[in-house]
Formats: sequence, structure tokens, C-alpha cells
Amino acid sequence: MTSPTATPAATGLKAGSVLEIRDLHVTVGDGDDAKEILRGVDLTVRGGETHAIMGPNGSGKSTLAYSIAGHPKYTITGGTVTLDGEDVLAMTVDERARAGLFLAMQYPVEVPGVSVSNFLRTAATAVTGEAPKLRTWVKDVRTEMAALEMDSAFAERNVNEGFSGGEKKRHEILQMRLLKPKMAILDETDSGLDVDALRIVSEGVNRAKADSPVGVLLITHYTRILRYIKPDFVHVFVAGRVVEEGGPELAQKLEDEGYAAYVKDSAEQAATEKTALEATQQ
Amino acid sequence: MSSNDTSNDTSNTAELDTADLSTAELAHEEKAALAAELFAPGVGAQAGPPTTPATATGSAGDTPPGAHSHGGPVLTGQPVPTGSPAERFTSTDPDAFPKPTGREEEWRFTPLRRARQLLDGAPSDARLQVESDLPEGAVLTSVEAGDPLLKGLPEPVDRLAALTRQRSNGATVLRIAKEAVLDRPVTLRLSGTGAEDVVWGQLVVEVGAFAQATVVLDHAGLAKYSGGAAFLLGDGAQLTVVSVQEWAPGTVHGGQYDSVVGRDASLKQIVVTLGGDLVRLVSNVSYTGTGGQADLYGLYFADETQHQEHRLWVDHATPNCRSNVVYKGALQGEQAHSVWIGDVRIRPAATGTETYELNRNLVLTDGARADSVPNLEIETGEIVSAGHASATGRFDDEQLFYLCSRGIDAETARRLVVRGFFADVVQHIGIPELQDRLMRTIEVRLGALPELDEQPVEVG
Repeated sequence: MTSPTATPAATGLKAGSVLEIRDLHVTVGDGDDAKEILRGVDLTVRGGETHAIMGPNGSGKSTLAYSIAGHPKYTITGGTVTLDGEDVLAMTVDERARAGLFLAMQYPVEVPGVSVSNFLRTAATAVTGEAPKLRTWVKDVRTEMAALEMDSAFAERNVNEGFSGGEKKRHEILQMRLLKPKMAILDETDSGLDVDALRIVSEGVNRAKADSPVGVLLITHYTRILRYIKPDFVHVFVAGRVVEEGGPELAQKLEDEGYAAYVKDSAEQAATEKTALEATQQ
Repeated sequence: MSSNDTSNDTSNTAELDTADLSTAELAHEEKAALAAELFAPGVGAQAGPPTTPATATGSAGDTPPGAHSHGGPVLTGQPVPTGSPAERFTSTDPDAFPKPTGREEEWRFTPLRRARQLLDGAPSDARLQVESDLPEGAVLTSVEAGDPLLKGLPEPVDRLAALTRQRSNGATVLRIAKEAVLDRPVTLRLSGTGAEDVVWGQLVVEVGAFAQATVVLDHAGLAKYSGGAAFLLGDGAQLTVVSVQEWAPGTVHGGQYDSVVGRDASLKQIVVTLGGDLVRLVSNVSYTGTGGQADLYGLYFADETQHQEHRLWVDHATPNCRSNVVYKGALQGEQAHSVWIGDVRIRPAATGTETYELNRNLVLTDGARADSVPNLEIETGEIVSAGHASATGRFDDEQLFYLCSRGIDAETARRLVVRGFFADVVQHIGIPELQDRLMRTIEVRLGALPELDEQPVEVG
């Protein structure tokens, strides 16, 4: 089960972790139904940096997140993903997490009959390679739950079962805080949150950034969360690839002008490519 | 359309590769909102000609519960046994039912050869050994055949239940005094001592108005047993019934459980079937007043050649009542077979009804078969909600992915999911010692499952 690449995250909190994505191609579906969603993604995230990935619906942002995490639905057809030089794509889902990757999901899954406290302790044991010391663990969980303004009764509920949208997102960030990843991918963590919940969740992420040199890949459709979590870099994601990169000012531009121009460019480019392809086939 | 839509309610898209075709069609969800739009108040959704939905079967929504139609000269002449859930034929006379051939709706899943000794119906004096724990406020007594109490019970819905009513020749009666709040559960340990003769049994549990009680029927040992049980809840009473089937191999157990829920009363029933060769339990619920509530939980775990069949019938005939059915089962090994039939009927008078039923089957190995048939019939549009869901499949990939994405290895994740699958129902019992005991039994059963230890640890 354990692979040489699965370094316990807790011992790997050194600065300078690097997540490198090179020419990543991903399809969904089988055979004739296979559809290419990611069409050559290049991205480098270093420890301590926060990168915002912004793009319209259907651009493949979430596919990127789930592909890095290893969801079986997606097929990698080309390219590489490495974390500190280790081949992430060769790892199982759990090995990726133990190597220091974390995905905060847009739609966290309900797991009936498994309590939050049992789940968190099992996950922490898996990630750190040993059972956390009970006393400090309980204190850590309580402290972080309080900071995320989660009722302590939460720990006895079943994982995500009957949680409101805001509760699910807080629970995701609670896990990020306790599992202390090197790289955290936040997939539309802001969607469906009211202003208060957005602030609480964002503060949780900022605490993680302050405590450790975690790299953050923040996937979002809106600029709203970027007022709370300051990105160092902004990438515009359209039709399965990064089409523009810049600093925080790019987010402001998107806020003002939207994605329309990028989507149009991308469509024109795709049409040109298709024409070219057809020309070569003839 | 973003990719993460996949993580939304995945349980309904669980794999169906090992499920029988008859179950495949059931991986769907139906909302009453739709039914309410489609069917005007008073129009039968599936029953009879739309113009005369209720009278055709001689039983309208305002008929008092318990007054079921049966082999007498009812208004419309000869009653015709019909398939569920439109209307059910009931009778105390075993011969009013044809001998099951396996073609009947209510017997088509049951291995009749194994049930033969019960269905032959030979009289017998054999009894289960009974050990009882009775807290203050609970009295255990008995009545003779012909007692008025027995005449007032809901009638048998099949031949076996009718035979049981007749052959049991009286009944054991548990009375919970009015307004009594029991300080611990009533436990009846019912042990079989052999499979030579059929044991016929009838239990009546009367819960007085505003009383609060938990009753545990804890079945074990070896037996050929058919046991009826009626739970009569007075107004405002709260009853939790737990029926555990931890029978020894070789046991055949049939039974009809009838619950009659009084005004503002609430029933919680938890049926846990783990042992025995064949267990077939029919649970019926009716309401005698408004504001009644019924939560019916079930858990079963079928191993090689075990047949576990649970049939439910919730009859909403009075306004503003609620029902909730959650049955979950796991199957492993060759010829493990589970059957779940969930019938819910909302009659024209049952406005303000809130009902939901769910059945989930987790198929752990090849060679097992789960049949799941929900039936929801809605005869009034003026309800709060009604729905059902049924799914049969392997592990939920999305649950496994979620756990693994937190560093938990696939084998541990599988164990968490399966244990959680069972704990989800067991935790409703509310008796820690019993819950622990059942979870331990389940753990042992899971321990015998090589797939959990040896399956390659990959998701998907």
C-alpha cells in the first residue's frame, strides 16, 4: 500500500514544495464517447503561493482539480503532474493525499454512518503515518472547529450528511487545517456561501497559509473570494487550458469585463485548429 | 456542465452490474410533487378505473383502519385478491388464500420449498423459549383464542399469516400501562430449540395512551417459526420496537407485524435480520388518527444461500400523518438473496401526508441477488411530500474517492463505508449494548469477506 512517494505530510512542511503541471491532457468517457476536457494545461505552484484559476462554467477547472486528486472518472491522455519531482499521476488517490495534496471539493460526499470525529482521526492517522495523540488531537480539532464557528456537536454527526452548503465547506477547510497539506486545491469553495460563511472559510485558508508554506490553487468562477484570499497569480482558464496569466490585477479585469472576450478568442482558435486539421486530413 | 456534478447524489447511480434486471429498473427516484401534479385529488394513481377509484375495491379512504375487506358479502360482491399496492385481500381464514405456488405477487420471490413446512400449517404445541426482562409498567400475560382483543387486530395478509393467527391459538400479550414511561427496554429473548416442529406464535403489544416504551424481540437459536405480532399504540404513545433475527443456520422464520398508530402517536420499528436460512417478515402500518408518525428502519445482511425478505405496507388513510422507511442491506456469497417490497398507499382522505421510503443494497460479491420493489400510490394531491428511492450496487465510488482523497487507503475506506452503511441503521436503536453487539456480529461477518482484505486497492 505504502509507496516510496507517500511521504507523511507532517514531516514534509519544508518550504519550497512545487506542484508542476505540464501539458496535461485529460478526457472523460470511454471509447467513442471520450471527450477531451483538458487540452494542454501548464501550471507551476510553489509552496507559499496562491494561484487563482478563474474561468467560465464548463471550462474544465474542476476537471483539473479532480485529475490532480486522481478521480477515476478522468483519463490522463498526456502530460505530467509532479509534486517535488515525484510523479503524482503514478500514485493512487490515497498516496497523493499522503504525499501532501489536498482537494477541498465543491460537492463533498455524504458518508452515512461514519462520524466526523472518526473520519478526521482516521484521515489524520493515514496522512501522518501514526495515530494522533489523543489529548492534543482533541484540542486541535476543538480549536479549529471553534475558529470555523462550527458547533462541537458537529463531530458526532455523520460525514456531510444533512450538512448545509456552508457546513460542508467549513468541514472541508477543517480537514485542510488538520491534515496540513503541502498543496491545497480549493474547488469552488466559495460557491453557494453567504458573506459570513465566505469570510469564515477564507480566514481558515489564510490561517493555513500563515502557519505553513502551503501552496494554494484556488478555483473559482467569481472574484468575490479573492477579496478575502489574496492571490499572487491569476490564471484565466478557458476551453481546457490557461489562456492568460497575470497578477491580482487580472482578477479586477475579469470582474469588469467578464470572460466573453476569452471565450470568443478560444472559439475562434478552436475553429481555426479544426479547419487546419481538416485541411491536413484532406 | 462541470465535472464535479459526479459527486452529487451518487448513490442513485451505483453500479448495477450484479443486480438482477428486475432491480435495475428501480434505480430511480420519484417525487410526489410530480405525482401530485399528475393526479387530481381522489383519483387513483394506479388503482382501478379513474372514475371510481375506491369503490371498485370496496374500501374508501374514510374506512376505519382495521376494517379491511375480506371474504364476506361486501358491497361489490366477490372480493378479488389483487396485487399490491392497489388493495390487499385480508382474511383470518387460511383457506381464503390459495396455496402459494410461487406465481403469486406476495410469494414470487420466496423459496417455497424452504417455507413448505410452515405453509403446510400442521398444528403444533412447540414453543420458543422465552426469557423476559420487564421493567415496571410493563405486564406480560396471555389471552385465549377467541378473545375480543384478537378479533380487533388487523387481519392476516397472506396464507402463512392466517395460519399463524389460527394455529397460535391465543396470544401472548404485553401491556404497557397508560402514561407509563419505562426506565429500560422490555426485552423478550425468543430462542428456538429445534427445527422438528413448527412453532406458531402470536404477540400483542398494547401501549397505553402517552406511554413511552421500547420493546426488543431478540430471536436466536434454531427454529421453524411463524410469529405474528401486533403493536397497538394509544393516542400520543411512543413505541420503539426492535426485532433482531440472529437465528442459527437452518432456521425458517415467517411473520406479520402489524402496527396500528394512534392519534399523535409515534412508532419506531427497527428490524435487523442477520441469521437464519429464510426470514420473511411482513410489516404493516396503519393510522387511527391524525398526527401519527412511523419510522421503519431495517437492516439485513445475507450470506451464502440466505434468503431475507422484508415486505412493508404503510397505509395512509387519515390526514397529517408521516411515515419514513429506510431499509439497508448487504449481500455476500453465492445465492445470497434479499427482497425488499415497500408499498406506501396514500388514500384520498390522507391529506397532509408526508412519506418517504428508501432501500439501499450493497452487493459485496458476485453471485448475490437483491430484489427491490418500491410502490407508491398517491390518491390525493394535497400532501406534504412523498417519494421513494431504491438503489442496488457495489461500493459507492464517490464515497471511496472522498475517503481516499484524505489519505485513507482503499481497504480501510471500504471498511469504513460498509461499517457506516450498517451503523446508519443500527444507531436508531438507541440501546448502546444492543447496538454494540449487532455491530460486533456484523464486523465478524465482514471479517470473513476476502474481498475487503485482498481486493486491489484501487478506486473505481
